[in-house]
Amino acid sequence: MTERVVIIGNGMAGARLAAELHAHGGDRKVAVLGAEPYRAYNRIMLSTLLAGRVGEPDVELAEAAGHGTDLRTGVPVTGIDRVGRAVRTADGDRIGYDHLVLATGSRAVVPPLPGLGSAELPRRVVPFRTLDDCRRILAVADGARSALVLGGGLLGLEAARGLATRGLATTVVHPTGHLMERQLDPAAGAVLAGTLAGLGVSVQLAVPATGVAADAAGVRLDLADGRSLHADLLVLSCGVRPDTALAAEAGLAVRRGIVVDDRLRTNDRRISAIGDCAEHDGLLTGLVAPAWAQARVLAQVLSGADPLARYRPRPAVTRLKAAGIDLAAMGDATDGGPGEELTFADPARGTYARLRIRDERLTGAILLGDNPTVGTVIQLFDRNQPVPADRRSLLLGRASGAAAAAPAASPALMPDAATVCQCNTVTKGALVNCWRAGARSVDAVLAATRAGTGCGGCRDAVAGIVDWLSHADSVEVTR
Amino acid sequence: MTDGARSATGPGRSPREVATHCPYCALQCGMVLREDAGAVTVLPRQFPTNRGGLCQKGWTAAELLDHPERLTTPLLRDPETGELRPATWAAALDRIATGIRAIQREAGRDAVAVFGGGGLTNEKAYALGKFARVALRTRHIDYNGRFCMSSAAAAGLRAFGVDRGLPFPLADLARADTLLLVGANPAETMPPMVRWLNEQRRNGGRLIVVDPRATATARQADLHLQPLPGTDLAVANALLHIALTEGWIDQAYVAERTTGFPVVRRSVAAWWPARAEQLSGVPVADLEATARALGTAGRAIILTARGAEQHAKGVDTVTAYVNLALALGLPGRPGSGYGCLTGQGNGQGGREHGQKADQLPGYRRIDDPAAREHVAGVWGVPADELPGPGVPATELLDSLGTPGGPRALLVFGSNPVVSAPRASHVERRLRGLDLLVVADLLLSETAALADVVLPTAQWAEEDGTMTNLEGRVLRRRALRPPPPGVRTDLAILADLATRLAAAEPAGAARPAATAAARFPTDPATVFAELRRASAGGPADYAGISWSRIDTADGVFWPCPTEDGPDTPRLFTERFATPDGRARFHPVDHRPAAEPVCADYPLHFTTGRVLAQYQSGTQTRRVDALRRAAPDAFVELHPDLAARLGIDDGDPVRVTSRRGDMRAPARLSPTIRPDTVFAPFHWAGPARANSVTNDAVDPISGMPEFKICAVRVEKA
Repeated sequence: MTERVVIIGNGMAGARLAAELHAHGGDRKVAVLGAEPYRAYNRIMLSTLLAGRVGEPDVELAEAAGHGTDLRTGVPVTGIDRVGRAVRTADGDRIGYDHLVLATGSRAVVPPLPGLGSAELPRRVVPFRTLDDCRRILAVADGARSALVLGGGLLGLEAARGLATRGLATTVVHPTGHLMERQLDPAAGAVLAGTLAGLGVSVQLAVPATGVAADAAGVRLDLADGRSLHADLLVLSCGVRPDTALAAEAGLAVRRGIVVDDRLRTNDRRISAIGDCAEHDGLLTGLVAPAWAQARVLAQVLSGADPLARYRPRPAVTRLKAAGIDLAAMGDATDGGPGEELTFADPARGTYARLRIRDERLTGAILLGDNPTVGTVIQLFDRNQPVPADRRSLLLGRASGAAAAAPAASPALMPDAATVCQCNTVTKGALVNCWRAGARSVDAVLAATRAGTGCGGCRDAVAGIVDWLSHADSVEVTR
Repeated sequence: MTDGARSATGPGRSPREVATHCPYCALQCGMVLREDAGAVTVLPRQFPTNRGGLCQKGWTAAELLDHPERLTTPLLRDPETGELRPATWAAALDRIATGIRAIQREAGRDAVAVFGGGGLTNEKAYALGKFARVALRTRHIDYNGRFCMSSAAAAGLRAFGVDRGLPFPLADLARADTLLLVGANPAETMPPMVRWLNEQRRNGGRLIVVDPRATATARQADLHLQPLPGTDLAVANALLHIALTEGWIDQAYVAERTTGFPVVRRSVAAWWPARAEQLSGVPVADLEATARALGTAGRAIILTARGAEQHAKGVDTVTAYVNLALALGLPGRPGSGYGCLTGQGNGQGGREHGQKADQLPGYRRIDDPAAREHVAGVWGVPADELPGPGVPATELLDSLGTPGGPRALLVFGSNPVVSAPRASHVERRLRGLDLLVVADLLLSETAALADVVLPTAQWAEEDGTMTNLEGRVLRRRALRPPPPGVRTDLAILADLATRLAAAEPAGAARPAATAAARFPTDPATVFAELRRASAGGPADYAGISWSRIDTADGVFWPCPTEDGPDTPRLFTERFATPDGRARFHPVDHRPAAEPVCADYPLHFTTGRVLAQYQSGTQTRRVDALRRAAPDAFVELHPDLAARLGIDDGDPVRVTSRRGDMRAPARLSPTIRPDTVFAPFHWAGPARANSVTNDAVDPISGMPEFKICAVRVEKA
């Protein structure tokens, strides 16, 4: 009998798994049940959508369709019957499975503040998580002049940047002493705050919020220091929580997330979980890269392409790249243990770098601002490859260890064996000999040696040498 | 004559001069050959591609004409001693005809295969394809162009409906505001082309180069993206992603001139820049700068070459750059576009006229009934006698001498022992043949394995046409006849066809006299037939005559009528697809066929150096070139060398699962520390292709020369 795989969730993880299974071929039936009424979309691009740079169609992802894949959107799942091996949907359907995958993702945390207690948030207060959230934010932002963002983590800053791009005066309120404290050290946080200020985003640090009051005219955020901030819009970015409700109701093992093993299996061997809702080895991920790695492994296992495939987490790289901001953070850049530390700070230009090295490997890095080595550093960290012998190249150089382009050597200092014309392998010595043999103009030297007859790029250099020779030789003659 | 061409001065006069083109790369630089008292010298010539420039290979090209190692007599392998010995033409040709007959009688027509080259003139490439299909009636013919630009050809065909390397004249490069070169190193491979790049930058344009190595070309660029080998596709998808998010898509063009964009748009949504950065190592800021330079330019051109193409995902990689070009509205817009830099001298024409396993002259498909009817009509044979498609080069070479595979191979203008991937395996396959015939001017490494070696004429000794990287058909002109004992490829094919026909049973449909008439030895006669055979095909040469080429700086195909225009620029009105629109195809990154691992922890990539050409059969025998580039080398980063205990100049061994090569280390801080490089022009222990992977692209059959997993140690 054809195997039936049911995937709950059409987000980044669920859609990716469906595509991976589709790519493996075979005759299994795959049903993808998405609670949201949309095609699969790229959550990473929501801040770009918020900024008004792209439209909704631009954030759609490629979907597996046809060939046994049954995609249903706007179909929330209401329960799992593990004994009967079926899921129940909100529209009353019952869908049987041989294997069930939970890719239910996570939900935005709404902080327990006075004013946010009711089930329905005020219109001017919106979390930042889904496409619907984005639509709500944009609806309020239209005609608004100011916005508050509660939470100075990665997503909060992306939302703030997007709102500022739309021309809203935007303030980020963050309870701890510096931004993105899970990834950054205080110095980097300060540089980042400065960068944001230049982009029209102000920051209120080390001040918890104590309450929210919202009405048709605006929203007020009360702070622990007694101040109140007013704006047209409040975006909540206070973290996410794995969506484990279905799993818990079905009696699956759940701690912070749905507990899975290296094969992404829950304690029911017919049920797996991937992405934000899964807890592997005690860790939640919350990022796309591990979710997609899990989707690949699970597809290999379920398709039989590699039944022994195992998920091995790789250290995460946090990347914030928007116009005017360039931040990469990975590993632990602040541990004061043994090893080397490289730092560079140029706060005036918004540049900061801190790298930790142990046993010739990067163990953590923070790069903020204009760091030309960011691609190299990320690769070295991600692949656990040895760092360059010349450590400076990790901070400053482009190609690691590459010497800066040497200024054109003066003809007098250039060794005779130096090749001046690469296309025709003409050395300085050959040019000098040509001159001494009687060629007395640039054209005569070019014609006799064939220098400059290929790409033509060395003509200036040859002219320089001829000029030098004419002076050097005339000096000799007069003496 | 506007191209400065002069016809040959009369015989017996001295000095004699003839205007022709360089024998080497696809730039086909214009040159004049002068013979004075027997000595031949090369003079550069003003031509629209090289504008009077020549590199060292061109300057020294004539040195092989009277080279002491030149073959001037056929060689036959002595069955007693196993050595190659001089023989008469009659003995050599009889040996071949007898061998072919016996093998085909025993094992069928497909037991004999033909392997051609991208250096052959159009006339010879055409005659070779016809010889395979009509005289041998084998489906097995393919050529070394499969190793060269077949991935770009396949990508161009599926996107534009036609494959012409550059669909615009080279001169357009000088006017591009932004020029993106992907895996191209013209500063070493076709130096006079760099004049156009210099002019482009003098005009204020930006040059951006994508290459894992800081090549001579990359060092001249305004911006150099240095991705991990095998990640160019992800880079292209990220560039398109950025163009989307920044609003640089040419929506009107996409709507009016293309199909399939929504699917591609959704597929590149998954390639946000930071993801491509982590995979490729190219900083997001550089990706953004590149996308901006392309997306906001008035005129922009994207060119790919072997670095993008020689992968097991080469077609998809090129397609990703084609998608980018289409989304930005570049192809068909004057001064903008996408193009492929063809490598071999006649790589373009060589793939149009029947050397390819699946094609008939005029770039027709051999499985298209109408194409078969047309070509069979020109050839005077029933269409159902034409064989069907054969297999691509790598598969063909791999099948030689195996059960069911060809037992005889005829090689013209190619040296697969050096140039094929996993070369030691190819060498074993060649040794397993019952009959190997090689036609060449020098004893190449492949010829050295042959049972019969036939000495052929050189470029300065023959007339014909070549089609350069622009799709411009040029005239090659003979300065002097071949030396005594040497025959042209056309004469060899005619001789063999006659012998094979004579051996047919009495009353057969192919009397020897007909065979001789079918395979004329005069290139002008062959070209006239090629024009008829190509008429109506995508690469239509019907309107191209030798005299028209002489008067017009060459003629761009398609050119269907003698009094009608040729086509310097394709796609200005429509694409060569049934609905006239270019097609987007969604493509996704996939890992290299052979990932690095603990035993083979480094990436290995191959390429070229300025002073050598292809397998080096010719250039390794020219003194000046040998002095300039005497030996192979292994380029590696000083940090990697230090970890391996290797000093500059130390002999090192590079080992893959398929074999090893040995050459001196050349330390360079400009290569990535996780990647080593070697040029592939050398044979023997220094043969880089002993190491390379013969995994091929599923569409084009292009082998993965540009990435495999190796370890490196002191030899």
